[in-house]
Amino acid sequence: MTYDLLSPTQLSAALLPDLLLMGGAIVLMLVAAWRPESDAHQRTVGLAAIGLLIATMATVVWMSVRGDSALETGVIAVDGFRWMVDLILLLGAIGTIALAIEHNERDGITQAESHVLVLFAVAGMMILAAARDLMVVFLGIEIMSVAVYVLTGLNRRSARSAEASLKYFLLGAFATAFLLYGMALVYGATGQTQFAEIGLVIRRLNLIDNPMLLVGIGLMLVGMAFKVAAAPFHMWAPDVYDGAPTPITAFMAATVKTAAFASFLRIWYEAFYSVFNGWAHAVWWLAVLTMVVGNVVALSQKNIKRMLAYSSIVHTGYLLVTVTAASVLASTAFTFYALAYTLATFGAFAVVASMQPAGETDARISDYQGLWHVRPWMATAMAVFLLALLGFPVFGGVGFFAKWYLIQAAIAAPAGLTILAVILVLTSVISAGYYLQVVRVMFMMPRADEAVEPLPVGALTRAVLAVTVVLILGLGLFPSRLVEITQSNGFRPYAYSPALDMGLPRFEP
Amino acid sequence: MLAESLALSALLFTIGVIGVLTRRNAIILFMCVELMLNAVNLSFVALSKLHGVGGQVFVIFVMSVAAAEAAVGLAIIIAIFRHRQSVNLEDINLLKG
Repeated sequence: MTYDLLSPTQLSAALLPDLLLMGGAIVLMLVAAWRPESDAHQRTVGLAAIGLLIATMATVVWMSVRGDSALETGVIAVDGFRWMVDLILLLGAIGTIALAIEHNERDGITQAESHVLVLFAVAGMMILAAARDLMVVFLGIEIMSVAVYVLTGLNRRSARSAEASLKYFLLGAFATAFLLYGMALVYGATGQTQFAEIGLVIRRLNLIDNPMLLVGIGLMLVGMAFKVAAAPFHMWAPDVYDGAPTPITAFMAATVKTAAFASFLRIWYEAFYSVFNGWAHAVWWLAVLTMVVGNVVALSQKNIKRMLAYSSIVHTGYLLVTVTAASVLASTAFTFYALAYTLATFGAFAVVASMQPAGETDARISDYQGLWHVRPWMATAMAVFLLALLGFPVFGGVGFFAKWYLIQAAIAAPAGLTILAVILVLTSVISAGYYLQVVRVMFMMPRADEAVEPLPVGALTRAVLAVTVVLILGLGLFPSRLVEITQSNGFRPYAYSPALDMGLPRFEP
Repeated sequence: MLAESLALSALLFTIGVIGVLTRRNAIILFMCVELMLNAVNLSFVALSKLHGVGGQVFVIFVMSVAAAEAAVGLAIIIAIFRHRQSVNLEDINLLKG
């Protein structure tokens, strides 16, 4: 159906999945507080949360199959891009809770509310995926961030967890202030907060060189770069990812990033597209710097969680390419990449979580020495995840197509980003250095004598591993259906811009 | 009035940024972030005189969100104080590499 978002009832109808998730989360919070803290109660609430997420997913699928749309005016979007991103976010949340139930049991975290916080964070992210108004973006980012600050410090017995939480909170709030000041200046220059209206006013009043608007966009870019951990604003990410409980690290690395990027793309495509020439260079350099810095620093990491943190920074760099490319193809490349990246990240962190001894210790890469000899299946699965992150053909499954698709979007971009595509490929070659290093350690080195036997793996973690491996390899063998779905759910940069030219040499086929 | 308000807001925001970058006490850092948020609020209110009520609505959202953030932030600072008996960021250095 077509929603008229100015009418409150139709607006609520367009927000059905979000309202379902939030209402369910509030009920679950009461359920969680109903009984004293215990492992069994924590597990029950966790399983109920997974059920709620699946119900939300079904609603999203139902609404997207029905082909809902909205009249142009409105503070939220009702389009295929929103549904695609919602599904990726919900998938990530299911993975997080499935891993967290068993991780909590092992680390002695008995608060059932931890799962409810994941639900609240996802509710914020879904708002973010739908937002077409600066106010809604701000609310979505904050609902998400406040919940994730708490989740980072979930393990109250761990000083590292508390420290990660503090760092994340202070830097996150600092970044939010930048984002907000940028929004204030954009509002000041255009007098609008809705993306479409901003784009329209920029064109009508010809604000392309307006300093207030450009400074506002710049400050918003800084805020967004902090949230998605792009270099040089990435310094918090390795510390926070290292200190947080491992399932939450996966949640931050994959799901939080996807949500922030979805909103990033929508703001830049819909509101700021007409000033493309004003911000394109900044985002271009941000992408290059992030790819290079992330890859080079990742090479020297000894701790696997920190290595994966730098790898997630690298993927931020790859995803920034989709922002710079500013085309329908790039928006579909984003959803495809986000799905592949979410699957591979959750798989990799599921292995890290099940390899960690109870309590807090470093997750060193050397602990994976000779894993093949004691846990052959887990070593194989980890190899698949790392190859998928690398974008290796066949064995990396869908990761290869994700990167292929991204490079294609960069080359076909209206501004012609051939150089960026070349840098993407070259930095991917560097990333082989650390991904394949872990594979080599697992398969080609003998198990150290003093190495402790990894703990038995729980059923839920095993399920996460199996599902991610099967999806990565399966979609790698048969990607065409997924490509069709993502391609029919792209969204086009709003407002026509006369010249998309960054002054770069173009690729002429 | 508009220009003066925006200049004051920019000044307050800058003081907040400098505070965050130079001070090392978590509570003072947090206060500096709050100063930045309120500087933005001032901008919004000043601009809403020009553009209509949207800016003021935004300020209400910012204030309520900042209150929620303060609750969570202070709880996190208490959690770290229990572990380290300090809220000085120089004493909080387990995570590095």
